[in-house]
Amino acid sequence: MGDFHDPERHTERFRFRLVFSTIVVLLAFSALLARFIWLQVVQHDYYRTRAEDNRISIVPIPPNRGIIVDSKGVVMARNYSAFTLEITPSRVDHLETTIDALSALVDIHPKDRKRFKRLMDEARNFESIPIRTRLSDEEVARFAAHRYRFPGVEVKARLFRQYPLGGIASHALGYIGRVADRDVEWIQEEGREANYRGTEHIGKTGLEQHYEFELHGETGYEEVEIDAGGRAVRSLKRTPPVTGNNLTLTLDTKLQEIAEQAFGNRRGALVAIEPSTGGILALVSTPNYDPNLFVDGITTESWKELNDHPDKPMVNRALNGAYPPGSTFKPFMALAALETGKRRPHQAISDPGYFNFGGHTFRDDKKGGHGMVDMYKSIVVSCDTYYYVLANDMGIDNIARFMETLGFGQKTGIDIGIKGMGESEGVLPSTAWKKKRFKKPEQQKWYAGETISVGIGQGYNAYTVIQLAQATATVANNGVVFRPHLVRHITDARTGEKRHIEPQPLKNLNWNPEHVEFIKNAMQGVNTSGTGARAFAGAPYTSAGKTGTAQVFSLKGGAYKASALKEHLRDHALFIAFAPVDKPKIALAVLVENGGFGAQSAAPIARMVLDYYIAGKLPGGAAKEDEEAKESDAEEEGDAQ
Amino acid sequence: MNPWFGKIQHYARQSIAHIDFPLFAIALAILGIGMLTINSATHGGVDRTLSNAMHAGFAIALMWLIARLPPPKLMRTAVPLYLLGIVLLVAVFIFGIKINGARRWLPLGFTRVQPAEMMKIAMPLMLAWYFQQYEAVLKLRHYAFAALLLLVPFALIAKQPDLGTAILVGAAGFYVIFLAGLPWKIIVALLVACGSAAPFLWNLLHDYQRKRILTLIDPTSDPLGAGYHIIQATIAIGSGGIFGKGYLNGTQTHLEFIPEKHTDFIFAVFSEEWGLLGNSVLLALYFLLILRSLMIAAAAPTLFSRLLAGTIGLVFFTYAFVNIGMVSGILPVVGVPLPLVSYGGTALVTIFVCIGILMSIHSHRMMLKK
Repeated sequence: MGDFHDPERHTERFRFRLVFSTIVVLLAFSALLARFIWLQVVQHDYYRTRAEDNRISIVPIPPNRGIIVDSKGVVMARNYSAFTLEITPSRVDHLETTIDALSALVDIHPKDRKRFKRLMDEARNFESIPIRTRLSDEEVARFAAHRYRFPGVEVKARLFRQYPLGGIASHALGYIGRVADRDVEWIQEEGREANYRGTEHIGKTGLEQHYEFELHGETGYEEVEIDAGGRAVRSLKRTPPVTGNNLTLTLDTKLQEIAEQAFGNRRGALVAIEPSTGGILALVSTPNYDPNLFVDGITTESWKELNDHPDKPMVNRALNGAYPPGSTFKPFMALAALETGKRRPHQAISDPGYFNFGGHTFRDDKKGGHGMVDMYKSIVVSCDTYYYVLANDMGIDNIARFMETLGFGQKTGIDIGIKGMGESEGVLPSTAWKKKRFKKPEQQKWYAGETISVGIGQGYNAYTVIQLAQATATVANNGVVFRPHLVRHITDARTGEKRHIEPQPLKNLNWNPEHVEFIKNAMQGVNTSGTGARAFAGAPYTSAGKTGTAQVFSLKGGAYKASALKEHLRDHALFIAFAPVDKPKIALAVLVENGGFGAQSAAPIARMVLDYYIAGKLPGGAAKEDEEAKESDAEEEGDAQ
Repeated sequence: MNPWFGKIQHYARQSIAHIDFPLFAIALAILGIGMLTINSATHGGVDRTLSNAMHAGFAIALMWLIARLPPPKLMRTAVPLYLLGIVLLVAVFIFGIKINGARRWLPLGFTRVQPAEMMKIAMPLMLAWYFQQYEAVLKLRHYAFAALLLLVPFALIAKQPDLGTAILVGAAGFYVIFLAGLPWKIIVALLVACGSAAPFLWNLLHDYQRKRILTLIDPTSDPLGAGYHIIQATIAIGSGGIFGKGYLNGTQTHLEFIPEKHTDFIFAVFSEEWGLLGNSVLLALYFLLILRSLMIAAAAPTLFSRLLAGTIGLVFFTYAFVNIGMVSGILPVVGVPLPLVSYGGTALVTIFVCIGILMSIHSHRMMLKK
């Protein structure tokens, strides 16, 4: 192959191939030109007619969104049909004049005009755009009489989302709103653009967002012939849309309502779970908000009011707030001690009312101490010293390892929001956590003294209310773990077939049955003779509980006096409970922000919820909050610095 | 004379020393047509037009920088660029994000990239470098190895699946091998082999790809799906006639009948408004762009620069021909943008980088001859 190597011949051949290529390019371009002449000269008349007279447009028909009902069939989210006044901009010459003329017939507010402008920028120009939504019958009639004056304006029936219960369970339901850029990205990631052509609303938070693709349904299409002005002349073919699937929840709206009312105007959260399935019975975050405000695009004023409110109603305190669990942590600590073999139930300590470690004094809530304290008593009277010593004996990493199995410091995977963004992780402190959390080497080291306050649910501990409820449910269920979930089943709109969500046990922690029995027994003692006894006096069922008070503000050695502190510096009140003790039907965690002592403000809320759920008793007189709770009900005060 | 003035003059002259004016003028003319058409396709909105201008500004700055690099420096980037491209393509396979059923994007935290895009440049660079290495000892097995270098990224991209980009990368690689002197006997043999393997290849295609080819033969068979695009684009072109409907007056465009009207199908918008006359001007401009590239190739001093310049010219041709052929209904629908006209920053950068390479080859040719 000598000719490969002769530079002269090489260059010559290269040039020849360039010329050859140029000829190919010319031929190809000539083919294109021939095609253009065919289309634009020879067949021009045919295509011109097609372009001008006969345009087929494919108009998407958005499906009806699925509805959401509670466990008893009470409707929580539905659609209702309402009349809207709509304008097709391409058929109206003077938009402003037309809108002004229309405002003489129906009320058109400046915000309606603003929305119309915004929608017009987004829409295709042969679509009709609403200028007013939810016309009254009278307005519809008035417009009908003057319809001839307004070509390009028409009254249409559209479906709107409605949450008939208003604010109740709003933090679980979430809401829908107009599709925004962020939602479009999500739809694209899921590869569902085609099904969202023509869809205007999408789930933004809560269940509405998590189950968006179930609720949405399948978009239908109508092939219509439109004239040069973009007006539909006649329908050629119609593929009807398929309604979205319906959700049936495990949530009981009556229970939810009672729980929300029990909070009064206090801020806080409650999560109630059915231990044997993981189904959420109530999910409260107070204050709540009215999701109906968002459906049609929330007004700036309402948004500002919600966002700037000092009580932060938009924050889901049950899932996104991380709080120290306070003494509600003690039963889990005790179980950890039994399971890891660090304690036997009858080992007792003598409590002088404080614990000295490394030059610090960690105080008990009771001056002079509780005397001889074994594990049972430590839970019933909520003895701090017992847990200071226990935490010190166990060490932080042993504690963390056990608490992790209970789900502390991890997302529970509840079906709210998407991509796990609906809930927080909280903080499960350990040496590894501290190393990751801090940057400076001197801050990364875990000090043994820090373990001690972790023992009583203070220190770095911070968990969400749902984690606390989940851990309580796991204890109630003897260590068999279910994922907390709100949806019991999804009903397929087409076949009527019911698809059940869960409940399959995630794992069994295989605890020693004697250990769980002991802890349950001690928690029952809390409600019969301990810190929860006052709130549960006279309950017609057995219950187990544990009070807790989480410090917001560190007091330097002094005694805690609620009245002397500003409201937002007061401690958070907590309570966990389950009932009945032998066969638990419900487990819950309550948190009252700045509520003071758990026994005083959180336990009575739990009582009302259990009274209704177990005994069918409605609140009113029976479980009123005790205004005169004495200092003796008071609990721990945490570490003195 | 004022010494400052002389200095400024010197710098001014130096800064444009590497710009090839015929090439630049042709590119700007096509870009100008693109800007006008994007503006029309977005109903006279300024957002897209402005952002396209910004992309173009950035791409031209990059072109200017690359034009200053001497070809030996370009050569040094060939192997690393190619290997990086392969690594990223494999990474797409493992970590890529799926959009519309195709795994093409690689998330990079703050943004995401399409590694197949860089292969459009890395592929010809690599092969041109490879043939340069073996210039003196070129044997048949070198062509075979070059084909292997071509097939690996081609398969990775086709598997994503992204047939449009795979065809462009594959074509770029083939042009290098062709211009390097692959014997005609083998070319003919390959064509025969491809022809007889067609039924087999047909089975390898994805359903939607087969559908596109079938709808090309008879667009009315699927008027709602794949055929819809072709029918509407053909109506747009045909109704444009000899003189077009006039700027901003295309009814097909403005009544939203043309899909992807500012990206892949932009030619339909242009053709509807400017007619056969406009089409001829645009085709002539593309022909000039290609011709100028091939002239630069003919004058290039080394094998590397000859192969690279020739390939770039033919790649321009492939882009333009595949896109216009697809929009006017003589080629199947594949996602290939119209060079310098379609909206999109990545494609603009790719084209102007290619132009920068051409300018570098041409402006440094004398230096190399010495």
